[in-house]
Amino acid sequence: MPKRILEEFKVEWFQLLDECGTLDSSLLSPLLSPSESITKKEIQGFYESMVLIRSFDEKALKLQRMGRLGTYASICGQEAIQVGCAAALRSSDWFFPAFRESGLSILRGLPMKTLYQYWSGDERGSVVPEAHNDFPIAIPVGTHIPHAVGAAWAALYKKDKIAVLATFGDGATSKGDFHEGLNFAGVFSLPVVFLCQNNQWAISIPVSRQTAASTIAQKAIAYGFPGIQVDGNDVIAVYLVVKQALERARRGEGPTFIECLTYRLNDHTTADDASRYRSEEEVTLWQEKDPMRRLRRYLEKTYDWSTSHEEALQQEVNARISTAVEEYESVGPDDPLQMFDSLFETLPKDLLEQRAELKRRIEKEQEGARH
Amino acid sequence: MRTLSYAQAIHEAHAQLLDRDPRVFVIGQGLWNPWYAGTTLKDLDKAFGCDRILDSPVSENATTGAAIGAAIAGMRPILFHPRMDFMLLAIDPIVNQAANWSYLFSAQVSVPLVIRSVINRGGEQGAQHSQALHAMLAHIPGLKVVMPSTAYDAKGLLIAAMEDNNPVIYIDDRWLYETTSDVPEDCYAIPIGKGIVRREGRDITIASISYMAEEAMKAGLSLEKQGIDVEVIDLRSAKPLDIDIILKSVKKTGRLVVADGGWKMFGFAAEVAASVSERAFHDLKGPILRVCLPDIPAPTSRALEERYYPRASDIEKTVKKSLNIVSVA
Repeated sequence: MPKRILEEFKVEWFQLLDECGTLDSSLLSPLLSPSESITKKEIQGFYESMVLIRSFDEKALKLQRMGRLGTYASICGQEAIQVGCAAALRSSDWFFPAFRESGLSILRGLPMKTLYQYWSGDERGSVVPEAHNDFPIAIPVGTHIPHAVGAAWAALYKKDKIAVLATFGDGATSKGDFHEGLNFAGVFSLPVVFLCQNNQWAISIPVSRQTAASTIAQKAIAYGFPGIQVDGNDVIAVYLVVKQALERARRGEGPTFIECLTYRLNDHTTADDASRYRSEEEVTLWQEKDPMRRLRRYLEKTYDWSTSHEEALQQEVNARISTAVEEYESVGPDDPLQMFDSLFETLPKDLLEQRAELKRRIEKEQEGARH
Repeated sequence: MRTLSYAQAIHEAHAQLLDRDPRVFVIGQGLWNPWYAGTTLKDLDKAFGCDRILDSPVSENATTGAAIGAAIAGMRPILFHPRMDFMLLAIDPIVNQAANWSYLFSAQVSVPLVIRSVINRGGEQGAQHSQALHAMLAHIPGLKVVMPSTAYDAKGLLIAAMEDNNPVIYIDDRWLYETTSDVPEDCYAIPIGKGIVRREGRDITIASISYMAEEAMKAGLSLEKQGIDVEVIDLRSAKPLDIDIILKSVKKTGRLVVADGGWKMFGFAAEVAASVSERAFHDLKGPILRVCLPDIPAPTSRALEERYYPRASDIEKTVKKSLNIVSVA
């Protein structure tokens, strides 16, 4: 019986900036068009963004520990992905976040105050600024992947020259939504980029228990479009690969799947204790690969980034965060009746009655409290 | 007798079922996590091995389908959905497959499957993480739905669910995990479809289930101090519904309040009210009233949550309303 190889595949891995902060610029040129370059200003901007979103994150964790914030999902260790994506996206592109993208949302223009409100369980924290092309945070795992696919289809249909970015974690790749969404995007050649922040832990389940495949990137092969693995702690690699993929989408050349290999340095959320299921050594190993540390090393070596630069930056960032926290904490509790007011434009009769009953009860209690 | 918490009772039932029958296994998300299922499955992986306590990928549909396949192939799975909300991702295998299987194949093959899920109310869980969907499931022919409110029932109903040869939905409520009651050490079953009178009274009947049974007991105690003698029924199973126990009580009291932690419209309480009015209309001295969730999704902020979830005080108010209506008329 004749036998022949029908297809052969390779999965590429990208890193430009290594753990010591050394940039392999020979890899830069194939990723940039002849007219493009990455400027010092851009790279310094990446670093400033990282400091901002890490500080936001640290503050959130502190506020939660003090009882001033609700359950919070830390982004610590995953800043390079979020900064790289934010820089590559245009404001006209659509972004579909999961729940570990606070940094990317901030860099897309979502006020930090609003995000603190969101993570305090305040419904008003889900209200985004007008003309903000981001979908809401998807707490259920992977459910936003098909939504992103639908938005990409709409863009194609309307001939909008935009791209859609959907981000999710490694756990989401075990969902039916992931398979069906990516398959659909491949069949319709949609302008969408799927980006997996593979932080190697879905709460307490390691990525080895999500898939038997050696990379998540290779899953794209079966859907008929490119899959690539990037060092998710290298902001320059993430930026360039995502930028290329988004441009490819805008040109009408179809979807791309990018796996950013990173590590969740903190607990899953503040309601978790990761020390109970993973080793200290593993965490230490990944702390060495910290995305901020390596970029700072690069800046120090290449651009004479100094302690005084660092201090000035940190001071400015702290001031911005303090203002956001003040704004967030000066908002009073919401009116309980508000729970009836977001579901329908006009309340049906039964809900009007339920609303009136609660209103009566509250007024009666307030009257009782006054006497 | 020993006292166990609701969570400990669920844990013990699992351990005893795993111990006595090698066909029993548990599959679902978070099973190896020390806290994800509360303490209800803590260290069972260490005691019984990871091949019987299967922590799964984030794949509700596949996990449920696989559990059904294993059940048909002769195993006795306990499928665990740590949040009832995400059990919806498996609604096709539950509703179209498991529930229909015995009927479709002339009772030659059944699906002896326990599907356990948890209602996670309050604490910012919000619209997508705290839903009580028992009424929806009870609507489906072929499914039984049990909802224990005490530690004693939590153990006995899990064992009964396992002994049943059809799919049984076992729903526990996170708000009950720390409640305690006497729990025998042996492996006992509580009949599915049988309610219990938790408190005898003459003036009014409260028919309740799950955490609202606990709240109804608190209301009963408080009303007693105000001279109102309340009978509290804990139905324990949503389906089959023990209508006789309510009818007997209503014959005595003539008044009924139904307390359920689900939504009001088209809900469990609506079914109870309709069933009673069909059979005992002439025993009733006034309308049947319901204490349920408002018909809106669960909020996340504390200010809204406080007003969203019905508690003992709401039952109390409704009981008084029921009595007042009659006295005014």
